[in-house]
Amino acid sequence: MTKPVLPLKEVVIRFAGDSGDGMQLTGDRFTMDTASLGNDLSTLPNYPAEIRAPQGTLPGVSSFQLHFADHLIQTPGDAPDVLVAMNPAAMKANIKDLPRGATIIVDADEFTTRNLTKVGYATNPLEDGSLESYDVHAVPLTTLTVAALSGLPLSRKDAERSKNMFALGLLSWLYHRPTEATENFLKAKFSKKPDILEANLIAYRTGWNFGETTEGFAVSYEIAPAKMAPGLYRNITGNIALAHGLIAASQLSGLKLFLGSYPITPASDILHELSKHKKFGVITFQAEDEIAAVGSALGASYGGALGITSTSGPGVALKAEMIGLAVMLELPLIVIDVQRGGPSTGLPTKTEQADLLQAMFGRNGESPVAVIAPSTPSDCFTIALEAVRISTTYRVPVFILSDGYIANGSEPWKIPDIADLPDLHVEFAKTQEGFLPYLRDPQTLARPWAIPGTKGIEHRIGGVEKADKTGEISYDPANHDLMVRARAAKVAGIQVPNLEVDDPSDDAEVLLLGWGSTYGPIASAVNALRENGNKVAQAHLKYINPFPKNLGEVLRKYPKVIVPEMNLGQLAMLLRAEFLKDVIGYNVVRGLPFTTSEIVEATLEVLNA
Amino acid sequence: MPDLALTKKDFTSDQEVRWCPGCGDYSILSTMQSYLPELGVPRENIVFISGIGCSSRFPYYLNTFGMHSIHGRAPTIASGLAISRPDLTVFVITGDGDSLSIGGNHLIHALRRNVNLKILLFNNRIYGLTKGQYSPTSEKGKITKSTPMGSLDQPFNPISLAIGAEASFVARTVDSDRKHLTQTLRAASAHKGSALIEIYQNCPIFNDGAFDIVKDSDTKEAALLQMVHGQAIKSSTHGLIHAGASLKVVELGSVDESQLVIHDAHNPDPAYAFALSRVSASELDHVPVGIFRDVERDEYGSMVNQQIADVIAKQGAGDLASLLSTGDTWVVD
Ligand SMILES: Cc1ncc(C[n+]2csc(CCOP(=O)(O)OP(=O)(O)O)c2C)c(N)n1
Ligand code: SF4
Ligand SMILES: [Mg+2]
Repeated sequence: MTKPVLPLKEVVIRFAGDSGDGMQLTGDRFTMDTASLGNDLSTLPNYPAEIRAPQGTLPGVSSFQLHFADHLIQTPGDAPDVLVAMNPAAMKANIKDLPRGATIIVDADEFTTRNLTKVGYATNPLEDGSLESYDVHAVPLTTLTVAALSGLPLSRKDAERSKNMFALGLLSWLYHRPTEATENFLKAKFSKKPDILEANLIAYRTGWNFGETTEGFAVSYEIAPAKMAPGLYRNITGNIALAHGLIAASQLSGLKLFLGSYPITPASDILHELSKHKKFGVITFQAEDEIAAVGSALGASYGGALGITSTSGPGVALKAEMIGLAVMLELPLIVIDVQRGGPSTGLPTKTEQADLLQAMFGRNGESPVAVIAPSTPSDCFTIALEAVRISTTYRVPVFILSDGYIANGSEPWKIPDIADLPDLHVEFAKTQEGFLPYLRDPQTLARPWAIPGTKGIEHRIGGVEKADKTGEISYDPANHDLMVRARAAKVAGIQVPNLEVDDPSDDAEVLLLGWGSTYGPIASAVNALRENGNKVAQAHLKYINPFPKNLGEVLRKYPKVIVPEMNLGQLAMLLRAEFLKDVIGYNVVRGLPFTTSEIVEATLEVLNA
Repeated sequence: MPDLALTKKDFTSDQEVRWCPGCGDYSILSTMQSYLPELGVPRENIVFISGIGCSSRFPYYLNTFGMHSIHGRAPTIASGLAISRPDLTVFVITGDGDSLSIGGNHLIHALRRNVNLKILLFNNRIYGLTKGQYSPTSEKGKITKSTPMGSLDQPFNPISLAIGAEASFVARTVDSDRKHLTQTLRAASAHKGSALIEIYQNCPIFNDGAFDIVKDSDTKEAALLQMVHGQAIKSSTHGLIHAGASLKVVELGSVDESQLVIHDAHNPDPAYAFALSRVSASELDHVPVGIFRDVERDEYGSMVNQQIADVIAKQGAGDLASLLSTGDTWVVD
């Protein structure tokens, strides 16, 4: 007897377990299989801050949320429809996020008195009736996995390790995911460990068959492919998209990529990824600290390379003085800040947008830099190209403000055609008589990029104020005033595209204006509001310094402008200062991305005021 | 050596030199300007990178590429440059505060990596530019503006520190001894990797006479223990002998000449160079000068670039289109 198959428009699944349970891998694989089916999707991993918190405890819970649909979506979803909980800790840590009626799949074997007590359950929630309003499937995942692997020469512990693949198989059956890619993935991953490979494959297939045969699962679900623009796609996280964008920019500009970096969550993956790609001539330098990291990048840039440094907020604090030197030297430099909760160590694995003012102003003196921010994981690719365009054209430090949410979150990305990528070619100063290192280009106000090794243009630069044109040391008051203004004018004059406003009615009362990673939740809230007949406009800033030229006009057009930010109103402060517009801040700093519904509510409050 | 027909004048920039009269920095600059022609490197391929301090003004006065950076950080900038541009000859100019206080971390890491940097540490045992506070090399008890009752800090011995940091080349010389400084620069240039040269530099304004004993014609011959590879280490009056694990200064004549330590700058065991560095700690009555240590070790930038070359030789140069389509991909028609 075949079981009935029901169509669904979208599903949000959260895989949760102990850090050692392999939930990130399970989530990743489910994501890849979902992507290849053509659903639109968005993911959000949630790691514990501790690397190896004691097993089975709340601090040790790691989770991975995936939202997939038969239509275009913008966020990993407000609340899971399905929770896969590998132990009581995972249940306890996540149950509060589940709406009534949600499906819970648990490894019943893990719900022992000992494990329950560890996380403060007085009674077993699987038995005490507290989960009555949910659709609970208590599956003895461990027992079933171990039994299926009994023929293999594995210890019980090794056999148990495959239970995440059992869970993946079961979920893959439940949502009709294709299995070939995951099988191939496992074959590649464990090619040198045939026993482990065998165990994973058997567990995966057994999980699938379990769904097919057991009475516990009466129906399965299908989610049709979403309508997406034709092309070749891959799923990509923000950090990988940034790394690949930088490699692309290096190839397009012909400049050697030099990354100086010091490990820090959630930015380290950029260092890891770039370190893999030496065949593109990429140099990665793990420095002794963040100051050395940015210093080495600036030194490389002085020598004509694409100097980049990647870090998070605490690292930016350390780099401030060197970035100021780059402002003075007027050399290209890219500073990637993958923001996390602050201040101080703050919430290392959580997201926040509270480094905006640090990027803008966190240096001594008048020290203007360009600031841009990607809006989604795949947008990080484009932002990397833009950072390179701006910093090499204007010879100025460029901040890329990413954050933990889009750095680790993923979405499908239409892989661009190389031929469509911009030309980022740059010219260095050539051998010449009477070379003037601080003679500005009349259009861009940039000074020449004059690299060592070029005969006849030997010159000295430094952090002491420079005389206009000659670049010699100057303490002249009028010259200082001139140079301070020249550096400011150069950054203010950076060409950036106009801000696009999405306002189908063209007479919305309220504009939602965001920046950076809040794009998804805002867009999805705007959709929901419009579906309910509300007129709202949306615009999203990717260029923060300088702002798009039409921003003032856009702000004046809308009587009410709501600015949602994961900080206490930093963009709002800049907007008020520059445009005297009393924007309405909507600010939440829980270390988590906005939910769609909270932005909907905040907007309705303004609409109905 | 290519004859570039360059002279001292070619290396002298048009900037007016602004150190105090009598400052030891003048003679170091002049010696450097005289030395550079013999280096045989075109001007445009030489870069001087400095931090902040009186000494760090040095690059302005040389007609090469140069950068006067920020306090303590010159080794970081120089490392990025030297690694990405192995064709350049990169010097780092730093003071005792610059390199051992605010920039201590960068100095030790540049040395342990063995980046191809020639680091000239102008040690005047004082903060010159900020007008005379004690420095990490000032002797304990030093009376300065910030230590009116005497400094309490144990000073660093820069040579010991560098050897502890795995430096492959470490030397000491004196600002006014043009010949010895030139010889030391020559050896440092010939060395593959990082080279640290401590230069005793007199600051007549804030720490005058700190090195008189090793500079005055009546005392220096006796005070300076000359280290020449393959020769006995001695001054005009004293020599060095082994004493257990360390070394001891003895009067010449009090022991047989054959007992004197024969200098081995290439000794792979850093304990030897370290023992030499301890001969003069804070007191300068007997000071070894010359090359403490000069051993071969892989240079960092070459290794970085070799790794890249090896990968490309094995896998071919990277292809952007295939990078962008890495991993699981799918087609939407
Ligand atoms: C970040 C920072 N802190 C402090 C200073 C002030 N400062 C400039 S030079 C210096 C010490 C210089 O001493 P040293 O390195 O021995 O150089 P010298 O002037 O003796 O040659 C200090 C503290 C600075 N320029 N930057
Ligand atoms: S203060 Fe001392 S070190 Fe500085 S320039 Fe004057 S004499 Fe030289
Ligand atoms: Mg000093």
